[in-house]
Amino acid sequence: MMAAAVNHYFGSSIGRKQLVATTGLLLCGFLVSHLAGNFFLLVGPNAFNLYAHKLEALGGLLFVVEGILAVIFTIHLGLAIKLNIENVKARGGAKRYALKKNTGRGTTFMSQTMPWTGLILLAFVILHIKSLKLGTYYTTVVDGVTMRDLYKTTMEYFVSTPATIWYVVAMVAAALHTSHGFASAFQSMGWNHGKYFKNVKRIGYLYAVLVSGGFAFLAVWCHLKGV
Amino acid sequence: MSAGNMNLNLKIWRQPTGAAEGKLVDYRVEGVSPDQSFLEMIDVLNDQLVRKGEDPIAFDHDCREGICGMCSMMINGKAHGGYKNTTTCQVHMRLYKDGDTIIVEPFRAKAFPIVKDLTVDRSGIDKVMMAGGFISANTGNAQDGNAVLIPKPIADEAMDAAACIGCGACVASCPNGSGMLFMGAKISQLALLPQGQPESPRRSLNMVHTHDTLGFGNCTTHAECEATCPKGISIEHIARMNREYLKAAFTYYEKSRSEGGA
Ligand code: HEM
Ligand code: SF4
Ligand code: FES
Repeated sequence: MMAAAVNHYFGSSIGRKQLVATTGLLLCGFLVSHLAGNFFLLVGPNAFNLYAHKLEALGGLLFVVEGILAVIFTIHLGLAIKLNIENVKARGGAKRYALKKNTGRGTTFMSQTMPWTGLILLAFVILHIKSLKLGTYYTTVVDGVTMRDLYKTTMEYFVSTPATIWYVVAMVAAALHTSHGFASAFQSMGWNHGKYFKNVKRIGYLYAVLVSGGFAFLAVWCHLKGV
Repeated sequence: MSAGNMNLNLKIWRQPTGAAEGKLVDYRVEGVSPDQSFLEMIDVLNDQLVRKGEDPIAFDHDCREGICGMCSMMINGKAHGGYKNTTTCQVHMRLYKDGDTIIVEPFRAKAFPIVKDLTVDRSGIDKVMMAGGFISANTGNAQDGNAVLIPKPIADEAMDAAACIGCGACVASCPNGSGMLFMGAKISQLALLPQGQPESPRRSLNMVHTHDTLGFGNCTTHAECEATCPKGISIEHIARMNREYLKAAFTYYEKSRSEGGA
């Protein structure tokens, strides 16, 4: 059995949870870099398009990075969903108690809605890639170089009020998801100690508000600015 | 039993066997004393039931002083009634008012099948412990108490973890029916102490494996276990277990006999 210890890790409750945690934290990191890129919107069309063009110009490397991201995302949601299905069974079915009250000192709205906020994020990511990355392809010329006018695609997309509202709703889901997920991931990896864990939780809340808030702010900004 | 002046309405889960259908049944207990414990109140009710020729309510109990962990029940939706650091046997009726309705249900989780009424089979906890919750070194005679020096904060932390009484409230309260708190408490306690450290990797691997196969759920850091644990055990111990397990999974290896191992 010992020889199979590493194999068993990937099938165990803790091992799989640690994979959900590491992939979750990597996604948290990705969101920061994505948000930083989005802020070029505020600088202007040329800055934003140049940034997007530079990424595009990475060619094969970008392809590899996107592939890794897709794998991370798939591992995260696949394992998270599997763990969740097991947990519903382990609690003893839907009709577990006639009356169940939480203490108020443990489980939170955020921790209870993790699968749901996660599914909203999944739906969001699919639509997001479809309507922006794979959205209308305009071209523009910056400094004599012809490149994709992603700025125009983005601004056009956010003209729609429902699209903007959906974006903000998804960011609320992201905030809820990461405000529990960030600290939970530290706990799953074993990085919980009385000395610093309160601060990990604080950083998680701060992360959730700043990052999701940043994305939502830019969406509303685009909507209000118009094409 | 001293007669008191409280009258209570109880809704208690009755289920003749594990396979049978169960339901909440209404009972009225009169003359409850505020000094009675919750279990003594049920004793009074059972006494009435027996006198009427009815089947008494089956429930687990043993020490009745908060140390054995047998008195598992959900009182008004909370394990052990949800009072801080309190087991059911230490819940006293002065916490309730005359005329109150109290709902009493068994602990529930896939790993805790119902035996009868409020009694559940919590032997899953024992099975997880038997998979490694001990040290197997032959220690010989007791050595001098100060021969192995353990810093006070470490000893305190190990002692906090050792306070687990195996009651299962963590599992019953956990939205995932997970056994991580009691298992984490044991793995953490032994990993903190020099006597437990040598076997920590093997212990972590075996206990977690057993936990998983018994149908306990996965931790998603709700921390409802910590909030209901009658011994106030912190999820920091789950984190220590997670570290121990991660380390063991990637570094610990025992050669099989064919590879020249023992
Ligand atoms: C950009 C997107 C996402 C980020 C930044 C993210 C982040 C995280 C983090 C940090 C955790 C905590 C891991 C742990 O507790 O060990 C987590 C858990 C989880 N995630 Fe995500 N996640 C994302 C997308 C998704 C998606 C698309 C799903 C989909 C179905 C999902 C479902 C879950 C679930 C069910 C959990 C575990 C639940 C729990 O710990 O209570 N996540 N996520
Ligand atoms: S960790 Fe606490 S709640 Fe869980 S079995 Fe031990 S004493 Fe009971
Ligand atoms: S009966 Fe022993 S702890 Fe309650």
